[in-house]
Amino acid sequence: MNLQQITLISFGYFEKDFLELIAEDVTREFLLPVKIKEGHLDLSEFHDFARRQYNGNRLLKEVDSKFAADSAKTIGLFAVDLFIPILTYIFGQAYLDGRSGIASLYRFSNERYGMKKSDEMMLERFRKEVIHELGHTFGLIHCHVPTCAMRSSTYVEDIDQKSTSLCYQCREKLNEHSPPSS
Amino acid sequence: MAKKVSLLIVDDEESVRDSLLNWFIEDGYRVECAESAKKALSILESDNFDIILADIKMPGMDGLEMLRRIKSLKQDSIVIIMTAFATVDTAVQALKDGAFDYVTKPFDPDDLSHLIRNATKLIQLAEENETLKVKVISLENVEDLIGSSKPMLKVLKQVEHVAQSDSSVIITGESGTGKELIAKAIHSNSPRKFFPLVSVHCGALTESLLESELFGHEKGAFTGAMYNRKGRFEMADGGTIFLDEIATISAKMQVELLRVLESKSFIRVGGNKEIRSDFRVLCATNRDLKSMVEKGTFREDLYYRLNVVTLHIPSLRERIEDIPALVDYFVKKYCTSMNRPPIPVDQAALRRLEEFDFPGNVRELENMIERAIVIGNGKEIRLKDLPLGKTMIDSTVESLDDNEKIHILLILTKYSWNISRSAKALKVDRVTLYKKIKKYGLKPAD
Repeated sequence: MNLQQITLISFGYFEKDFLELIAEDVTREFLLPVKIKEGHLDLSEFHDFARRQYNGNRLLKEVDSKFAADSAKTIGLFAVDLFIPILTYIFGQAYLDGRSGIASLYRFSNERYGMKKSDEMMLERFRKEVIHELGHTFGLIHCHVPTCAMRSSTYVEDIDQKSTSLCYQCREKLNEHSPPSS
Repeated sequence: MAKKVSLLIVDDEESVRDSLLNWFIEDGYRVECAESAKKALSILESDNFDIILADIKMPGMDGLEMLRRIKSLKQDSIVIIMTAFATVDTAVQALKDGAFDYVTKPFDPDDLSHLIRNATKLIQLAEENETLKVKVISLENVEDLIGSSKPMLKVLKQVEHVAQSDSSVIITGESGTGKELIAKAIHSNSPRKFFPLVSVHCGALTESLLESELFGHEKGAFTGAMYNRKGRFEMADGGTIFLDEIATISAKMQVELLRVLESKSFIRVGGNKEIRSDFRVLCATNRDLKSMVEKGTFREDLYYRLNVVTLHIPSLRERIEDIPALVDYFVKKYCTSMNRPPIPVDQAALRRLEEFDFPGNVRELENMIERAIVIGNGKEIRLKDLPLGKTMIDSTVESLDDNEKIHILLILTKYSWNISRSAKALKVDRVTLYKKIKKYGLKPAD
């Protein structure tokens, strides 16, 4: 058990190089070592047949209860279409000032929005989303700075406007944040 | 720093409440949830929310009924109705009943963000509008403080001095000397100038009306109390309350007032929640409060609480050198309002004005100038246009007919020759007024 590290758990296939790239971003922004793990879940249990999507609330609970105990923060990485009951879709979600979050690559591809395919853009959007959800687990709320990773984004063009880094104010708030007790 | 926008989520489904709660907390809003309309209404009794997101279908009271009840309590509430079963009829009904918008579950995250952003903008605009209105009102009329006489300069210096403090001030002076203008000037030059200046004319209200006016009331507190209403103390939060004719308030109101001044908190009529307000008190009277205290008709403790600073406004008799400047100011003011070029004042008329006693002070002078502009020849103000005691006897205005003619012309000009309104003011019917206009050959001025 290491409460001074962040764990990224992939539920689904992600290239090793790509996961390492995300780990570099996370270490740079949160100044904690990152461990990459593979997780196994029967995703069919979280599938909503009426909506043909995966229940984000239940997945987050599952990650939090079964995978998050041995790290300061844990983020579950998925490649399926996530929803919560009130919203048509989500890119990811996290417990504010909690220990876990989830993010999905599913809605980040250009083709989904009628644009030219670009794996590079898709992966960059996902890196930003992981930083964003991790930021929430450190107690950061949405930021109004357009380039800050904590800016709220509800569509991909919005995500493209921001960077993989936190702005000065969010970094200050992060520095004031004390790590969870256990 | 901007105020945190607050949201109340009302839905019987826990998953919906939790999802929205998390979503809005991450956006930095203050959020609370209620599982039923009944619970939401009970929360709203003790707390205010900027935006209420309510499900339409809930066991017990539905969202539409709750919307109507919320609107009856607070008309400007922003209520957004959510539903899983959209029908045109319910959407139309919700909007008719005053809903800000109507959304179908599940929402697109982008639509939800837009909706809340628009509602927040509306709240900010309404708040900004209120603040600016108050600012404009409090800044206007300050220029009305005319005078360069020694007594007036002394008052203006005192105004400048007391404006910077937060002390209570009693403004004394004869009727018509401009006590309310001095109160406005104190407020407009004080650090509270960007907050409201709320005036209450204590002498014009009965005890129960004054109580409701000052402290506000809850819906149903008395017959005719259809809505919750903020009192003047609550409206003056951050600013200044001006209590005119303070000497006229009853013994019971004196006790209530003392309590509010000491605690800066009060309870609305018919309510049970304590409301706090940060205000400065200015009051005015034309009576001698000290002798009222000695006679026992005004509470001594209240007198000392109010009388931290006393500002005495001199009568017009004590500053006759200000009369030419005041006359000039009123001529310009009324000529402009009547769409005429300013007219000169005859030297003889000005001399008589400077000799006149003016028991009604500046207000009397102002009315006199207004009347002279209305009934005069439109080229200059002559001695005979001014009702100055003895001068009236020497003037041509002696007969009843002449007086009637002048009075009718005065009223017609006041109401821009609107016959119905003029007849109503004169308490005669329109036919009678037409006959009088014909009899005296009255015509509107060019």
